[in-house]
Amino acid sequence: MRNLAVFIAKNYFFFLFLFLETFCIYLIVQNNRFQRASFINSSNQVSATVLSTSANIQQYFYLKSENERLAKENADLHSHDQLAFSILINDTYTSGDTTYRKKYVYTSAKVVNNSTNLRNNFITLDKGSKQGIKKNMAVISSSGVVGHTQNVSENFCTVMSLLNSKTTISAKLKKDGSFGPLNWDGENFAYASLNDIPTHVKLLKGDSVVTSQNSTMFPENIMIGTVDSYYMESSKPFYTVKVLLSTDFKKLTHVYIIENKLREEQEALEIKTEAENKD
Amino acid sequence: MSNTIIRNIIRFFVLVFVQVLIIKNIELGRFINPFLYILFIIILPFETPKWLLLFIAFILGITIDMFYDTAGMHAAACVLMAYARPAILKLFSPRDGYEFGTQPTIQYLGIPWFLSYAGILIVLHHFILFYLEIFRLQEFFSTFLRVIVSSIFTLLLVVISQYLFQRKKEQE
Repeated sequence: MRNLAVFIAKNYFFFLFLFLETFCIYLIVQNNRFQRASFINSSNQVSATVLSTSANIQQYFYLKSENERLAKENADLHSHDQLAFSILINDTYTSGDTTYRKKYVYTSAKVVNNSTNLRNNFITLDKGSKQGIKKNMAVISSSGVVGHTQNVSENFCTVMSLLNSKTTISAKLKKDGSFGPLNWDGENFAYASLNDIPTHVKLLKGDSVVTSQNSTMFPENIMIGTVDSYYMESSKPFYTVKVLLSTDFKKLTHVYIIENKLREEQEALEIKTEAENKD
Repeated sequence: MSNTIIRNIIRFFVLVFVQVLIIKNIELGRFINPFLYILFIIILPFETPKWLLLFIAFILGITIDMFYDTAGMHAAACVLMAYARPAILKLFSPRDGYEFGTQPTIQYLGIPWFLSYAGILIVLHHFILFYLEIFRLQEFFSTFLRVIVSSIFTLLLVVISQYLFQRKKEQE
């Protein structure tokens, strides 16, 4: 026992190193399993305050282009009032009930921290549980899909950006509805790839790619991007489509967080059905 | 002695803020992510106790992790780098050892010495960091390219900031 103590004391540098490194690895692994370690991320108060101050200053530089964009968006909304309402709010109609039921609730939020040049990118927003934000809500900008919320603190939330190796979004081609998983290959922040599109589909450059009806997070028909090019996977009867993203992740300043009011109900039902059919 | 401690504490905060508020926002392409903040570990004084070195590296890494949302990755890379530092200093040690009270900087030991010393530490740090980030071998070569290119940029920034520091010292 004494020998062991002497041995450790002699090599304390190595053991201390081993201890700290193990702790780091533990943090990383825990972070992978539960998505985020609860305290070392940018939704914690200290770093979030610094980052939001920095974002506040930065936004002054974008005010002009941002105002132009908002004015344009307003004009857009005014000019197709009815159309915009039915697409964006996506009210559902139930038979036997003559009133509409609200399915999606929009909350606007400001980006306080954003990255595009890492392999796994995250975005921090200035809305949190106090404003009713929960985990796994969809996040879009006025031009297209951004990602989904991940960790929520009182006043901030972190968003797993579309530019993340762990993000997969169910997408479809607007013109014929064939759908497949869309994810980011890490090459360029302007492009993502849409997989498993059957080869009988006639693809054209510029075809719209939108969110599919299979997602419980995103409303249907939210713009993702346009077809840029496509190729056939060797030995697979599917196309892989390179999609030019409609969201400019570098200029992201204001986004909308979307709550699906019926999501929990739908998922609970699906899980129940799955469990019943297992045996 | 207390002067050195105060100077290092100030340097810690300055480097962290420069890293997370300025360098993090500079986009130089997907392959280039310089991490200037590790300059702090590189130029700690020679007589820093080894245990303190590890703790400082850990705290520095965790601080950067908070801003980069990478729980533990920067800390792991920094701790490994701090662990390797004494061995690399020993490897490049001059015949009669290092002078007491000096720091491992260009000013005291010249540019060829500093380039090889800092270069090894930076590549080590970036290597661990980028492979922990990707956490698989699929994109081995593109990650490796990223390690090399980013290391060169970090080294460039480190050397430039060294010259800025040096000029200030001559005026004192």
